[in-house]
Order: sequence, then structure tokens, then C-alpha cells
Amino acid sequence: MAKSWKMPTWFYRLGSPRWSFEIMGKLLPWFAIGAVVLMVWGAIWGLAFAPADYQQGNSFRIIYIHVPAAILAQSCYLLMAVAGAISLIWKMKVADMVAKSCAPIGATLALLALATGAIWGKPTWGTWWVWDARLTSMLILLFLYIGVYTLHSAIENEITAGKAGAVLSLVGVVNIPIIKYSVEWWNTLHQTSTFTMTERPAMPPEMYLPLLLMVIGFYCFFAVVLMLRTRAEILEREKRSGWVRELVEAS
Amino acid sequence: MSTPLLEVQDLFCERDERVLFEGLNFSLEAGEIIQVEGPNGSGKTTLLRILSGLSQAFEGDILWQGEPIDEVRDDFLSDLLYFGHLPGVKAILTPEENLRWYCALHPHTRTEGITEALANVGLYGYEDVPCHSLSAGQNRRVSLARLYLSDAPLWVLDEPFTAIDKRGVARKEALIAEHAANGGSVILTTHHELAIRDNLRKVTLGGQASPGERMEVV
Amino acid sequence: MANGNEREMSLSRVFWITLRRDLMLAYRRRNDLVSPLMFFLMVATLFPLGVSPDPQFLSEVAAGVVWVAALLATLLSMDSLFRSDFDDGSLEQMLLSPQPLSLLVFAKICAHWMISGLPLTLMAPLLGLMLFLPQEGMSTLVLSLLLGTPTLSLIGAIGAGLTVGLRKGGVLISLLVLPLYIPVLIFGTGAVQAASTGLPVGGYLAILGAILALGMVLAPLAVAAGLRISVSD
Repeated sequence: MAKSWKMPTWFYRLGSPRWSFEIMGKLLPWFAIGAVVLMVWGAIWGLAFAPADYQQGNSFRIIYIHVPAAILAQSCYLLMAVAGAISLIWKMKVADMVAKSCAPIGATLALLALATGAIWGKPTWGTWWVWDARLTSMLILLFLYIGVYTLHSAIENEITAGKAGAVLSLVGVVNIPIIKYSVEWWNTLHQTSTFTMTERPAMPPEMYLPLLLMVIGFYCFFAVVLMLRTRAEILEREKRSGWVRELVEAS
Repeated sequence: MSTPLLEVQDLFCERDERVLFEGLNFSLEAGEIIQVEGPNGSGKTTLLRILSGLSQAFEGDILWQGEPIDEVRDDFLSDLLYFGHLPGVKAILTPEENLRWYCALHPHTRTEGITEALANVGLYGYEDVPCHSLSAGQNRRVSLARLYLSDAPLWVLDEPFTAIDKRGVARKEALIAEHAANGGSVILTTHHELAIRDNLRKVTLGGQASPGERMEVV
Repeated sequence: MANGNEREMSLSRVFWITLRRDLMLAYRRRNDLVSPLMFFLMVATLFPLGVSPDPQFLSEVAAGVVWVAALLATLLSMDSLFRSDFDDGSLEQMLLSPQPLSLLVFAKICAHWMISGLPLTLMAPLLGLMLFLPQEGMSTLVLSLLLGTPTLSLIGAIGAGLTVGLRKGGVLISLLVLPLYIPVLIFGTGAVQAASTGLPVGGYLAILGAILALGMVLAPLAVAAGLRISVSD
């Protein structure tokens, strides 16, 4: 294992489950408010007021869910790998719990991106599924999530499971750019559709501003779900420690 | 007092939500033998696996010649001989091939002593027989032959006498005593009553501590 | 200086001894070596039976079929890479030797490739013939497998290392490793298809080589980390 080097103090405090639990408790409402406001605002603007696409009409509006879900599914994998690396190098319990919480959320997001992609595909291409580069990459990302999740649940010992999952997600992170590149390249070789989601003319601001709101809203929502899961995980693992008992008795 | 060879400070380990030991402190000097005692499931094997570095599931400090063991891992491993529950013997290799492989990986060993070592564990004439045609006890003896080949100062032995006959046990005990007399150190677990008295200390896990011990018991 | 040199000497010696040991183990159980090869052959036979025996169609999909079959055959042999070492305690002794674990692992993966990937590669032209692979693609098929199968062994070893402590390791490895095999599959089949249509293949082979180089550097480290985690449980 790598030797530890000095990091700022707040970094080590993050390693304390109790401190993290409390700070997450304080941050939760703000992110929840942010998520609700941004997503409602973005959704109403995007669905009701943004102009229809000149090619696809109203069906394009599904991007207001599809694109944020796809972006987040990828960020979530990165976060999972970074948290895994932190827990491997600094043996930080909370990082391990964050990494564990990431896998199911990320898988759900990838699934959401695939489902919305399929729904979007039907009016656009006339079929539910097209081997489009982005959709294929997203499918492989879902497979990677499933791998990490399955490995995690196959190992009984919580600590061992966390470490094994961390190694696998790090291997995945090294591979994701290679996979993306190879799939994009494969796609240009076997061009199946004339219209790709990748190459679109620049969107006018009244189309992409609501999208931006939705993306930020999704990030806030993701933060809320992640913190909820991590807090539950902290309670579960620290259930025998004094502060958790006090918390339970107080409530 | 000089720095002990191996020092365990405030060791804590839990398994499946059960605390195996906490606040465990002891040190091992050159020439000493420590017998780890305790009922089944008290964490004897876990402790030995932690000390050898196989398991990282602990909190606390382990020092090797005064340095944190993680920082001197290579030096520590060069000086270690570990004998675990699994003999580490490949069934489709012969005893000699198995030991040759071990010697190739470990610097402080004498490849030329293999025939003699096998004779010492009562396997003379079995050098070229594949290990799968040997009995379980014979397989363990192949693994124990490493004790005759190694110059490593620290031996960590988990139940070394299991499946070994009486005469064999007496010879192994003599070997362990000799190793200690030559300045080597041994940590072992065994259900067998040791005949060794010199330089022997006991560390008890999970039960009542016998008097004169330097450790705390859960 | 002398010391460093000696260390280097002993490292390469450890590598060769480990490689020789694993090859000898494989040789003594040589009957086991045939199964992945037969599997390879049978999977390739399924396609004409299951889809169509039309030479035109088969020659189009031949590259992909051979590659997918090679990939599955490698995967099948992966579980045994560390399994017996784990079961008999040899793995513990490897972990507790002062030799770098990633080096021992690398030697084991090389041996694994020699007894699985290499025979598959040599057998591939036979499958190519059966599937009417165009003559121009044949040498590229062998070359692409020669560069690609070591990567499959390296990546597969990561899965094997992480699951060696688990009873149901075999199925799990596939779930962990198959998505990671995709780039090799894409460039491997891409190379053969390009060759069949008379396009240059240098670029594909270069990418396969680059992926292999990256795998050789990083995979042994990941495998070593995985093994330490598996054994510590």
C-alpha cells in the first residue's frame, strides 16, 4: 500500500464518520432545496417554454432528462473511483462508504439514461434501440456498474468488499476513456444512422439554458441521494459506537 | 533495554462484529518463544495472520526492529518464515520441487540442504514422489521441512504439530528450541503441551490470563 | 551498484523460475489444456449452425466470431489462474515472500498466456477456414490475436485476483471482465475486417500493441492489489 503523506486537517476530519454524518446533515436541506428549485424551474422552462426542435419537434424535450442522467452517470463513476482510491490509500472509512453508495445510484442513472435514450429513439429513428456510440458507451458503463455492485455484494466482509470494489472501479476508470474512444471509432466504421445525437447544430440559449439548470439540479439531487445513502451506511456501520446510540436514544 | 525484534502496541481486531482482542500489547525479543493460547475462535490464527502481514484488518501498531512494519515490509518478509493452516504445497509437484520453489522466492534459504531437510522430516526416499500421493501428514511435513532450510530469524507457526506423529513432534520441538537458542524467535499456536521451558512465554487470547503476563485480556 | 545488479539478477531469476514452474504445472495436467481449445472450436461451430452456413455471410462475420470465441475461451480458463494457489496456500507463501508480488503475478500471467492465448492464436486459422474468412485476413487474424490475447489474459487476471477468495468466482469474473474486453474486441475484429477488404492494418495493430503495453504496466499492479485483498479476507 502507498505511504501516506500529509493532507490538510479538514481532509482527515472527513475521515471521522461522526463529523461527516453531522456535516452532511447540515448540507442536506440546502442541496434538497437547490435540487427541487432547479429541477422544477428547468423542467417547466424546458418542457413548456423552450422552442420545439425544427427537425424532431417536441420529442427532443426528453434531453432535459436524458442528458443530465447521462452526464451524472459518468461523474458518479469517477466519484466512486476517487472515493475508492482515497479509502485504499488513507484507509478512510467514510470514503469507502461513499464509494459503496455510488454504485447503485450510478447504475440507476445509467439505466435512466438508457431508458430515456430508447424512448427518444422511437420517434427519432423509428426503433427503440440503435447502436449509437453514446448509447453503447452508456450500456457498457452500466455493465461496469453492475460488475462493481456484484463484486461488492459477493464479498461478505464489508471492508474487503470495499477494497475489492475500489480496485475494480479504479481499473474501470483507466478503461473508460479507452472504451469510449474505441466505441466511437467502431461507430464511425459501422455508421448505421444518418442522424447522430453527437453531432448537433449549436442549440439556441432558450434551449440549452434550461438544460443547464436541469444538469445542476440533477447534481444537487445526486448529492442529496448520495448523502442520504452514506448517512444510512454510517449509522449501520457505526451502530455500536457511543454517538450513534446517543442519537438513537435522543430521537 | 535494546529494541525488541517485534513489538505489538494496542492491537485491536474485530471479526463479524465480535471483538477478538483489544489493547493487546506484547513484544518478542531475539531468542524468545511466544505461545499464543486461547480457546477455538479466540483469534489465534487471526493474530498470526496479522503479525505476518497477510491480514490488514486491525487497528494499532506493529513494529519490526523498532520501525512500523509497513515501512520495512521487505526487510521483515526476508526475515520471516510463515507456516499456516494451508501447507503451501503443490499436489502435482514433488516435495523437492516444492521446496526448490520456496527457496527461489526466499533469499535466506539453502537450496542445497533440501535432501537433508526432507530426510529430517522423515521423507527420505519421497523426493520424487508427487505430493498428491502423500498423506496429509506427509504434506504438512514437506511444508515443515522449510524450517530446516531457512535462516529467517522469525518463525510464525500456526498449529505446526497438527497431523504429525509423536516422534515427529518431539523433533520439531527440539528444532524450535534450537532455533531460539541460536538467537531466533518463534511465535506459535498449538494445542499440544510444549515440553520447551526455556525462553517460553505465553500470550492468552479470549480467556483467563495466566499470571506474569504483559498483556491485557478482553 | 553491485547490490542493485545482484537484485536485478535475482528478480529476473525469480521471474523465470515462476514462469517455468507454472508451465511445468500445466504440462503435468496437460489434459486440462485442451478444454479451452475445444470450447473455442465449438463456439465457432455454433454460428454456422445457429445463424446460417452461407459462405458469403460467414466470411463477413468470421473475424467477429473467432474473436468472440477466443475471448470466451480465455475467460473460461481465467478462474484457474490463482485458484489452486489459493486453495493449497502457495498464494500465501507468494504474498509473504520478499519478491515483488506484481512480478510473480506477471510471470504467472505470461505462463497462462502461453498455455491458453498462444494455442488459441495458433488454432485461429483453422476456424478462419471453417468460417470462410477471406485469405487476405488470415495473417492479420493471427497477428491481432497475438497482440490481443495477452491483454485478455492480463485483464482477466484482475478479475481472477479479485474473486479468488469466492466460491462462485467463475461466473463473477465474466461480469467483471467482459466489459473491459470490449476495446480489444473492437480493434481486433476491426483489424481483420480492414485486412479482408484490403485496407491498411498498421493503425489497428499499433493500438492493440499500445493497449497491451498499458496492460503490462498496470494490470500486474492491480492483480497484486486484488490478491492481497482476497487473501486478507
